[in-house]
Amino acid sequence: MSARDAVMLALVALLAALPPVLQLLGEPFLTVIVTRALIFAIAALSLDLLLGYGALVSFGHAAFLGIGAYTALILSGRGVTGLELQLPAALAAAGLFALVTGAISLRTRGVHFIMITLAFGQMAYYFASSLSAFGGDDGQALRARSTLFGADVLAGNSGFYYLVLALLALVWLFLRALTRSRFGRVLSGTRENEARMQAIGFSPFPFRLIAYVVAGMIAAMAGVLLANHASFVAPSYMGWGRSGEMIAMVVLGGMGTLTGPVLGAIAFVLAEETLARFTTHWRLFFGAAIVLIVLFTRGGLLGALLRGRK
Amino acid sequence: MTVLSVQGLTKSFGALKVSDAISFDLRAGEIHAIIGPNGAGKTTLIHQLSGSIRPDAGRILMEGRDITRLPVPARARRGLARSFQITAILPGFSVLENVALAVQARSGSSFRFFRRAAAERALNEQARASLGAVGLAGIAGRAAGTLSHGEKRQLEIAIALAMRPRLLLLDEPLAGTGQHEAARIGRLIASLKGQLGIVLIEHDMAAVFALADRISVLVHGRLIATGSPTEIRQNSQVRAAYLGESEC
Ligand SMILES: Nc1ncnc2c1ncn2[C@@H]1O[C@H](COP(=O)(O)OP(=O)(O)OP(=O)(O)O)[C@@H](O)[C@H]1O
Ligand SMILES: [Mg+2]
Repeated sequence: MSARDAVMLALVALLAALPPVLQLLGEPFLTVIVTRALIFAIAALSLDLLLGYGALVSFGHAAFLGIGAYTALILSGRGVTGLELQLPAALAAAGLFALVTGAISLRTRGVHFIMITLAFGQMAYYFASSLSAFGGDDGQALRARSTLFGADVLAGNSGFYYLVLALLALVWLFLRALTRSRFGRVLSGTRENEARMQAIGFSPFPFRLIAYVVAGMIAAMAGVLLANHASFVAPSYMGWGRSGEMIAMVVLGGMGTLTGPVLGAIAFVLAEETLARFTTHWRLFFGAAIVLIVLFTRGGLLGALLRGRK
Repeated sequence: MTVLSVQGLTKSFGALKVSDAISFDLRAGEIHAIIGPNGAGKTTLIHQLSGSIRPDAGRILMEGRDITRLPVPARARRGLARSFQITAILPGFSVLENVALAVQARSGSSFRFFRRAAAERALNEQARASLGAVGLAGIAGRAAGTLSHGEKRQLEIAIALAMRPRLLLLDEPLAGTGQHEAARIGRLIASLKGQLGIVLIEHDMAAVFALADRISVLVHGRLIATGSPTEIRQNSQVRAAYLGESEC
């Protein structure tokens, strides 16, 4: 087991023990905040596949979060509340969107790729704003929280928490296997040196497209959970600011490590919540803190943690 | 049999003609060296043969089939391997993984998503064999980015060999290597003779005349002479244009 795996294992163990502890401390509401952090950890994991393993800086990843959230909103409005139906629908919608937008944007590289993914993200944002049946700009409350095979697992705070934690662990395991497979090795190879990969016989495009689709689908799963968490869905789920925050989570935690972005997302959401209590100018301090951490800790929070341990 | 046939290859960068109707044939098992002063267009020729630059005119046949319009990866999958004048490796990967990826490229599908690639014995064993051939077996576990310049050149050759190519393009494989490493790479290239076709670009004239079966001289994008090492040494045009200023 690598050091990263050990950190993740310890983190999951810690998180599993958290709700009863918070209950004892008389702060059960904190469980709700941590749930939100874990949902973003799932989204950050998916973005790490692109950013950290594919060197593909997608600035439109929030669109997938939004696709998942709107799928939950639309289906629950029609009385379809089961996650067993909502999740496959969200994954299919996001996969299709990723396939089309990826096939176009992955023809470009570097700054052009950033701009095109940003443009697709904004298109999704404006499309959602135009859905007047679903609240347009203002968004809409979710009719009912999702269920799982008829059971109200998401109704209680701790049931929701453990479902999210379980999904986070599954996504992490899935991406860990994927990034270490033949496929993952080729994807990472294109990050290291594209000309070399071509010279040994690999066309990067199909590998990148598959990664783009997989990442989009996982982000949509986080979107379904996020809609349930807020019990509300609005176009702001897919704004470019949200895409930027997810990039910050990945970089903050340590790109290309999977475990790092999980730490980054948790740190990001908790810091956001904490700072917002103390000062209305928290964004300023928060921005400065992120810049400092990225500048002074090679490999982000995970890098600092692993170095500190030695 | 002719592994590579280059016919009237022409390429300009704006007003600068870097390949001027270049034609030559490479027979299987032969080493064909291309020599010429800096800026003659040698690297640009290699780029066109490997597919990373499109010629303006002319044809490239590999084993009788026209590959002029094939992209780089498709040529590689047909058995064309190259080294780069400016070394191109995967710096964050281990030395072994750099080579194992080349083995992976020709061993079954890479659209496999769950089994751990680093644990595939068949890939690693073949990669180790290539590393052994270039003398890097002892540092298989190191990150490729930490190697010395000479070791990176050797690694590039190991990667190329792991592809089991039938045509190998080497762009100054000896440049920047120490004496010991250069001798080792020279012996390795000599040992490949007879097994595959090699286009060798090299400024080290002693090595070129020792290794090559045929030599072409490229000046300002034009091949001014092609022949055996003896013929080239005696060619007065070549001596005037190029060799006159070097030690040969
Ligand atoms: N992409 C490019 N655009 C414009 N000019 C180029 C380009 N690539 C190379 N050149 C020019 O074409 C000429 C041939 O370059 P090339 O690299 O092929 O020479 P070379 O024979 O490999 O030289 P050297 O021995 O120094 O490696 C040079 O004058 C170079 O400046
Ligand atoms: Mg050159």
